[in-house]
Amino acid sequence: MLQDKDRIFTNLYGLGEPGLLGARKRGDWDGTAELIAKGRDWIIDEMKKSGLRGRGGAGFPTGLKWSFMPKDSGGRPHYLVVNADESEPGTCKDREILRNDPQKLIEGCLIASFAMGAHVCYVYVRGEFIWERERLQAAVDQAYAANLIGKNNIHDYPFEVIVHHGAGAYICGEETALLESLEGKKGMPRLKPPFPANMGLYGCPTTVNNVESIAVAPTILRRSAAWFAGFGAKNNAGTKLFSISGHVNRPCNVEEAMSIPFRELIEKHAGGVRGGWDNLLAVIPGGSSVRCVPAEQIIDCPMDFDSLSKLQSGLGTAAVIVMDKSTDIIRAIARLSHFYTHESCGQCTPCREGTGWMYRVMERMVEGRAQKKEIDMLFDVSKQIEGHTICALGDAAAWPIQGLINHFRPVIEARIDSYTARAAKDAAKMAAE
Amino acid sequence: MSVRRLSPNQPASFAFTPENVEWAKGQIAKYPEGRQASAIIPLFWQAQKQAGGWLPEPAIRYVADLLKMDYIRALEVATFYTMFNLSPVGEHYVQLCGTTPCWLRGADELKDVCRKHIGPEGQVSADGKLSWIEVECLGACANAPMVQINDDFYEDLDGKKLEEILGALRTGKDVKPGPQNGRHGSEPLGGLTSLTSTVAGGGK
Repeated sequence: MLQDKDRIFTNLYGLGEPGLLGARKRGDWDGTAELIAKGRDWIIDEMKKSGLRGRGGAGFPTGLKWSFMPKDSGGRPHYLVVNADESEPGTCKDREILRNDPQKLIEGCLIASFAMGAHVCYVYVRGEFIWERERLQAAVDQAYAANLIGKNNIHDYPFEVIVHHGAGAYICGEETALLESLEGKKGMPRLKPPFPANMGLYGCPTTVNNVESIAVAPTILRRSAAWFAGFGAKNNAGTKLFSISGHVNRPCNVEEAMSIPFRELIEKHAGGVRGGWDNLLAVIPGGSSVRCVPAEQIIDCPMDFDSLSKLQSGLGTAAVIVMDKSTDIIRAIARLSHFYTHESCGQCTPCREGTGWMYRVMERMVEGRAQKKEIDMLFDVSKQIEGHTICALGDAAAWPIQGLINHFRPVIEARIDSYTARAAKDAAKMAAE
Repeated sequence: MSVRRLSPNQPASFAFTPENVEWAKGQIAKYPEGRQASAIIPLFWQAQKQAGGWLPEPAIRYVADLLKMDYIRALEVATFYTMFNLSPVGEHYVQLCGTTPCWLRGADELKDVCRKHIGPEGQVSADGKLSWIEVECLGACANAPMVQINDDFYEDLDGKKLEEILGALRTGKDVKPGPQNGRHGSEPLGGLTSLTSTVAGGGK
């Protein structure tokens, strides 16, 4: 189990002293100038060595992403955009960073921007996080007042942080949709290439990173890449914020080492599964967009990118949604289908039409008002949506349904059988009358 | 895709108050020269606040003019983002999270309370005080089930607690936002399992 001395987010629950003073006592902004003095290449190299993989869901190596920014872009400004549009169902970790540890994020913004030659950073906070946005803005104001950031700051690197916000569109968590939204348009994802590193915000080189990826950077650089790489299995380095929700005794957010076994994570921090381990039905281990995993497969699985992808699922944002045996698993997934139907931006036909189609079929599956051959048809349609859209929302809508069919087909069939039996009985009764 | 239409009943005109005009200038200045359209979401949000919780059509045109944007581009933004209410809402506007993590922990019960105490989804109660809708994940899943009322999150709810909150708001009493079961934030209820040492600066 991870020890407190190795935890990065030491004010995760907001119990410590707030404000810049409290943050400094917790070690933020300590020796930032020396880190910057070591230069761009050193920072990017350390980030690569640390093995940090992006915390927004896809798990792309952060150091590598930073290195994609051009060294010289002919006078065009560079931008860092922080994705704080946290909307993936089950995920509530970035919210804690924004409201309780904002200085870590701001310091990370400065260091990351320096490493990529950006002098302006936009933080795009989801619209619903109104208090969190105000907390972040207050922290930014404090950092300006203390001359940690700004035009002539003590780090000798002109740097602005601008807090921007959305207005309730899940799709703006997709990086190119976020850039469109930031430019004042509908949040519809862009075709790639060109990638944001060449043509991003306002047509300038841009890197979009998750809040957690940026906020851990200063601590990694201070404590060394080797320290961070020492946690977790190979290729899955570091510590990670887990959001634990659903049928556990004590839902919570917690920072743990990567690759912690599922059972240990839930037992230690969430007070175990409601009704005991025998009562566990299934788990969605990485936010709504990954496939669910049945109890027997997940119980002893290490919680990291590679182990979970071996189970055809994923770590995603490490939002662990636990479901016990009282759960109507078909309804749980149908509700996610409704989510994707609601959040599809409508740009690509397979997703715009397909998410609604799948939701309507799923609603019938919940009742059992369907034919068994429709299960295969549903699976087939989901496969035709997956991979045929500009962004990953189409995939994300397809995967939960595929997971359900792969693991819980007998449950769907039993539901159909019981509906059919009921209907046949009613018909016989009506005939007799 | 959520299909949204403007309300048939619109006020005749809209203009920012002098304070909001100043505020808007500050917002526009955050973005590079010629990129003032970036400020559209914050400006719409402020317009919605000024108009009493919804975004009338004259406000959309007003903001478009302010940012030198075509009306159609501004209308696209207003109808795309679901936090812009295109018709009036109650004084206390309840957004109830119904997505799976909240549903697993009893969002259906909260919906029943809203139906009973406020009325059908999307309709303002007769006294104009309350209205409610079901929304998608609000990002407080470790504190499920929860609702957002105007700017505040009310977390760790059950039917009875939500009833009390709605009753208090209706009679003009203040209610403390945040978790309603004694938690401070998203720590496990009943005692910390991490960050217990004062060395870490987080524990008490």
